[in-house]
Amino acid sequence: MSAPHIPILRQGRVYKSLDVQTVNRLGSTEAAAEISFACADMIKYDLRKMGQARAILKAMRSEDLIEITKKAGEIFLHDDLPIGIDGALQSPEDYVLSLAATSGLPHSLIRMNMKRLGGIFGQIDTIFRGLTRGLDIAVLDKGYGEQGGSPVSFSASTNELAVILPSNSPAVNALWIPSIAMKVPVLLKPGREEPWTPWRVIQAFIKAGCPPEAFSLYPTQHDGSGVIIRRAGRVMLFGDDSTVKQYEHDPRIEVHGTGYSKLLIGEDEIENWRDYVDTIVESISANSGRSCICTSTVVVPKYGDEIAKVVAQRLAEIKPLAQNDPEARLSGFANPKFAEWINEAVESGLKSGGATDVTAEFREGERFHERDGMNYLQPTLVRCQTFDQDLAIREFLFPFASVVECPQAEMLDKIGPSLVVTAITRDMDWINQLFDCATIDRLNIGNVPTNRIQWDQPHEGNLFEFLYTRRSFQIALSA
Amino acid sequence: MSPDEARSQLDAQVRETIQWHFSPETGCPFWLDWAKTAGWDPRQEIKGYDDIIKFPHFQDEWLRDEKNERFVPNAYKYRPFNVFETGGTTGLPKQRVGWDDYKHDYEQFSDTLSDEFFPRGGNWIMVGPTGPRRLRLAVEHLANHRGGSCYFVDLDPRWVKKLILRKEYDQAERYQAHVMEQAVEIIKHRDIKCIFTTPKLLASIGERISISSHGLRGCFCGGTSMTPEYVRFLQEEVLEGKAQFVPTYGNTLMGLAVSIPEELKQNQYSVTYYAPQPRAVLRIVDADKTEITKDYGEYGRVELTTLTKEFFMPRFLERDEAIRRKPHAKYPWDGVGDVRPFGALTKTVIEGVY
Repeated sequence: MSAPHIPILRQGRVYKSLDVQTVNRLGSTEAAAEISFACADMIKYDLRKMGQARAILKAMRSEDLIEITKKAGEIFLHDDLPIGIDGALQSPEDYVLSLAATSGLPHSLIRMNMKRLGGIFGQIDTIFRGLTRGLDIAVLDKGYGEQGGSPVSFSASTNELAVILPSNSPAVNALWIPSIAMKVPVLLKPGREEPWTPWRVIQAFIKAGCPPEAFSLYPTQHDGSGVIIRRAGRVMLFGDDSTVKQYEHDPRIEVHGTGYSKLLIGEDEIENWRDYVDTIVESISANSGRSCICTSTVVVPKYGDEIAKVVAQRLAEIKPLAQNDPEARLSGFANPKFAEWINEAVESGLKSGGATDVTAEFREGERFHERDGMNYLQPTLVRCQTFDQDLAIREFLFPFASVVECPQAEMLDKIGPSLVVTAITRDMDWINQLFDCATIDRLNIGNVPTNRIQWDQPHEGNLFEFLYTRRSFQIALSA
Repeated sequence: MSPDEARSQLDAQVRETIQWHFSPETGCPFWLDWAKTAGWDPRQEIKGYDDIIKFPHFQDEWLRDEKNERFVPNAYKYRPFNVFETGGTTGLPKQRVGWDDYKHDYEQFSDTLSDEFFPRGGNWIMVGPTGPRRLRLAVEHLANHRGGSCYFVDLDPRWVKKLILRKEYDQAERYQAHVMEQAVEIIKHRDIKCIFTTPKLLASIGERISISSHGLRGCFCGGTSMTPEYVRFLQEEVLEGKAQFVPTYGNTLMGLAVSIPEELKQNQYSVTYYAPQPRAVLRIVDADKTEITKDYGEYGRVELTTLTKEFFMPRFLERDEAIRRKPHAKYPWDGVGDVRPFGALTKTVIEGVY
């Protein structure tokens, strides 16, 4: 298939820009896609008209939108869908190959992410119930209803959910999919190397019967992203710590940054640590360690050296393989410089003392590895003597974690903000302390890998509460 | 006029300008002193435009560091001059002295405007940097020359640049909104047919009101570079395809390079500008070896030479780059296309902020 042209979608209307940029296949000069770029002022203009798109979704029945979402999931997974502007179709396999060509992700991981996304569509009613604590979705049609015996009314706090998507993880598209069933149109800014997933999800929705007006897609430069962030009613943003800091007090913006997710083993379970090695390895390495829900710090009361050695040995088995190797679990870097910078940061941390790269003795070759024109970083587990070490609480875009020993009584004071904490323990006193710990966003008790999340739980904020405001409401039946 | 005739006209202008600026009776102290130390007499050696290469690049710092009186031709020394400023976000701005050049330049520009879209007798509004800028007087003169009056709404670009450097984007937007409110009020309540503004401000006005529905027929725009996609956006969406968009390229040192608005769409909105020859010449040069003129179709740095009795400025390197384009039947000399800030692809440039 020749390189398709990914256009701008303006409330579903295809717009081919004169500002066209090419994304090449990684390690090649061959074009994988041509992308239409939107100018910032165009986005400003379009944002003012998003009320029209919202009105179209609002006029539909929520139940129908739920069914459309479920159907879209099947279509996303199995159907040939339009790609570009010339009437070409993209099969699910074409999608895998296109995304692999620009993102560096192995085919196996893309398929895993596809399956995960498909699951989101399919669970939409469960997700809605989970996020609304059992609200009857018809309340969104009528504007009011009853929940738990009390009258309730919700109003949308925005005409659009804008999402500034990253290039490194297709699964993050899961976060906006439920917005359609909640009758809020989406405005997406895709990552430069990853227009494929948002495009395909949109096409699946449209084929399933969703009005195209619900979807706006704006590949754009920094100034365009700035307009979206400053002007959209609600924004999901993926970024690093400095981005999070910039917007942490803006209620319009939900920032998805580094997760600093952690796996803790309690003193009551530490003698059984060998039973949890699979969980630790999966938590660190799932999705090539790219997710904010991947474990970046393992905290144990003792046996730190022994645990580090066994986990490192297992992680070292994950090697850079050909992208189409079914066993491939490690992703290359779309931006080859990133691999160099990250490797330098790890080396710098190791040189500062107090940390040892335990994987070094088990892996083949250096951490930094070149293959098929792409840069890889091989999994790395460091044993840190204290939390003060630079690498003890760090998160990188590859399978990386530290192992730190710490008495259980001090753990919650030391671990800092954590998107996910898995605590392996049966100690009810400690579990109660974990429940009360304000710096833990998602909490798993027991042998649950940090990367396994249920979407009916809030993730870095509750999407329904982000998009809707509950208003005080009374109704006189005689009126 | 054929390209050969245009070239003869330019060579004649060069000879006349050199004679004027390097003769003690008419020339200015700056160039007369320069000639004393240069070791050669431009009046003897400059026979046409090709010889201009013998001059070094004009440094715009000279317009800040030298006293303005040093640029006053002796022929004008008893006439008070206008002072026009450029740049100056911090420190002393660069200044150019002038008398009638802006009138000549804008009368010449007026001849290129369509009476259909810029009706004679119609009033104008200028929204943008006024203050000590040549543009403020020039636009008013243009309006008067065409039989209309001109309203003004000022925007201080130096303040906007400071806000952006400090990353105070919110303040910058609020300041822009403050300017817009004033512009919109005037457009709504006065009979205005034509506007001069910058591309960003035009888009900002269009966000608030339908420009064409308020009677505006023609929009003359300049001040910052525009990509073809942005030009298309302005013409098709901001002006709704109803008012004519006339992009220009110019500054205090040159005058106005014009485009051919009727051909924008057929050229995929890629704008080519033609200098007001023979009063000014634009050349696209190799950025590293500026004596070399780039081939047609190639990007290079923009070099400007200004050749009037009021101001002689040889080989000034603009902070822009552009594609060298072939002469047009209407303007039979080289054009410069798709202008963008010099080094735009390799560094961050604060440009187009207003």
